[in-house]
Amino acid sequence: MNSAMTAVSNKRTLPDLDKVLDTIGAWTLAIVWISPLLFAAWAALQPSGTALGLDFSNPLTFENFTYVWGAVTWGEYFTNTVILVTLILAGQLVLCTLAGFAFARFEFKGRNTVFILVLLQLFILPEVLIVENYAIVSKLGLFDTALGIGLPYMASAFGIFLLRQAFKSVPVELEEAARIEGCGWMGVLWKVYVPAAKPVYLAYALVSVATHWNNFLWPLIVTNSPETRPLTVGLSLFGAPETGVDISVISAATIMTIAPLLIAFLIFQRQFIQAFLRAGIR
Amino acid sequence: MNEMARLQKRKLALYGWMLAAPALALMSLFAFYPAIATFWHSLFTRGTSRRPSVFAGFENYGDLFADPTFWTVATNNLIYAGVTIPVSIIFALIMALWANAHIPARSFVRSAYFTPTILPMIAAANLWLFFYTPDLGVIDQITGFFGASPTNWLGQPETALASVIIVTIWKEAGFFMIFYLAALQTIPPDLREAARIEGAGRWTYTRRVLLPLLMPTTIFVFVNAMINSVKLIDHLFILTKGGPNNASKLILYWIWEMAFAYFDSPHAAAMTILVLLVLGLVAVAQFRLVEKRTHYR
Repeated sequence: MNSAMTAVSNKRTLPDLDKVLDTIGAWTLAIVWISPLLFAAWAALQPSGTALGLDFSNPLTFENFTYVWGAVTWGEYFTNTVILVTLILAGQLVLCTLAGFAFARFEFKGRNTVFILVLLQLFILPEVLIVENYAIVSKLGLFDTALGIGLPYMASAFGIFLLRQAFKSVPVELEEAARIEGCGWMGVLWKVYVPAAKPVYLAYALVSVATHWNNFLWPLIVTNSPETRPLTVGLSLFGAPETGVDISVISAATIMTIAPLLIAFLIFQRQFIQAFLRAGIR
Repeated sequence: MNEMARLQKRKLALYGWMLAAPALALMSLFAFYPAIATFWHSLFTRGTSRRPSVFAGFENYGDLFADPTFWTVATNNLIYAGVTIPVSIIFALIMALWANAHIPARSFVRSAYFTPTILPMIAAANLWLFFYTPDLGVIDQITGFFGASPTNWLGQPETALASVIIVTIWKEAGFFMIFYLAALQTIPPDLREAARIEGAGRWTYTRRVLLPLLMPTTIFVFVNAMINSVKLIDHLFILTKGGPNNASKLILYWIWEMAFAYFDSPHAAAMTILVLLVLGLVAVAQFRLVEKRTHYR
């Protein structure tokens, strides 16, 4: 009722011109923003070599995609990325759950100091420490392995922080009820805290997958074979201008590599945006 | 009884440490130890098979400051930060206001703004190649239509950095938008009504009511944008490789180049330490601000 009334009064007081301008502005910006993607999709469907001129008379073709797929071992790159992303997420979920639980529910000496150190890691970016981390990973014998790419990201300060917040907001009564039924600490964690934090887990998982699906610099440094290389590194090697591949082929390769994530995003759009929101608000 | 309670407390403390230990161990191995090791190694000369590395004090830092590339790269990164941070924030805010307004096809608009966020930077760079290619690219086709001569956007020092900056803004503005969007949704609509009754126009409402209410979000986004201005360099690998003549080279790319293309890790280490110092200052400032703004919650 109330909202209906405001809507009516909005209509009367707000000049329609404002709304028209808003709409034009919003749409123009949206089209500009999406245009690189649209142009690339269009270029990918043009016969190779002719794509760049904005000539809309050429027939559309899928030959670039067939060529791209045959040129490099994309299947392997895809598999590597999926393995990598799964491995990192699995590690993060286990480690951050345990640590988040410790910081949320246990009293121990130095807890706050240690927690501040954890937060500090949000600023000591793994990307910046490439020189030393490369040396460490090599020393551990993990150079050019999925574990070598993933290990530095598993103890995620961000994940620990998010889960600690989530666990802290769980009412203690729930925990006590579980205890009466005979649960130990691990039982309480598994039966009370983890289910209660489900939305946070979902949000964190989506952010983690998107981040590591897209990560480039570190995998570039610690891989040197097609057997471990993720998609982003494969794409960068394929698209390097000095290889003389033309733009419609590069566009096809780009569209192909981003397609899974893009499709997933379009299907789960709402959850995705919600997830980013939840994970981003500290 | 007291004895038992103390025992119980110690047991819990032990439990807490045990739970946190795996994460703390990995974090020490890949964040704290390397930070210290980087500093240590930045104090030594580069060793060769003939001459082993020797302690050099702060010589590597002196070399950096004496190197004109350092100043070019640092200036580039300052420009990069100085443009991408405010411009992305302004775009993000405008996008959020529009994506929150009652306009037709709002969900299309929202996803159009947000889509670049989920793309890998490498892919984004590839998409933009198509825009920047001289003569045949989209931009030159459009300017050519109006009679302008073709421009080598990525290949000339005057425009290379700007081209890189545009891609970064395109990539991150939609990400920041959703934080504003979330904040906007917590602002009660009555506020706008009240402002209107008071005779405040749209601009006054935005400036006097919305912006102050969005301040905590702006701080959060600002810190993230700052971190991004160090971190987001992947597109350089595709677009310019830092060239021409270092015109678009950014710090992290330079660190990578020193360490992995020229195998000069002591200088790369020294540069890393300088970056960590700046990030540390940002961290301290952020914690201070968070403490101050807790009363907002």
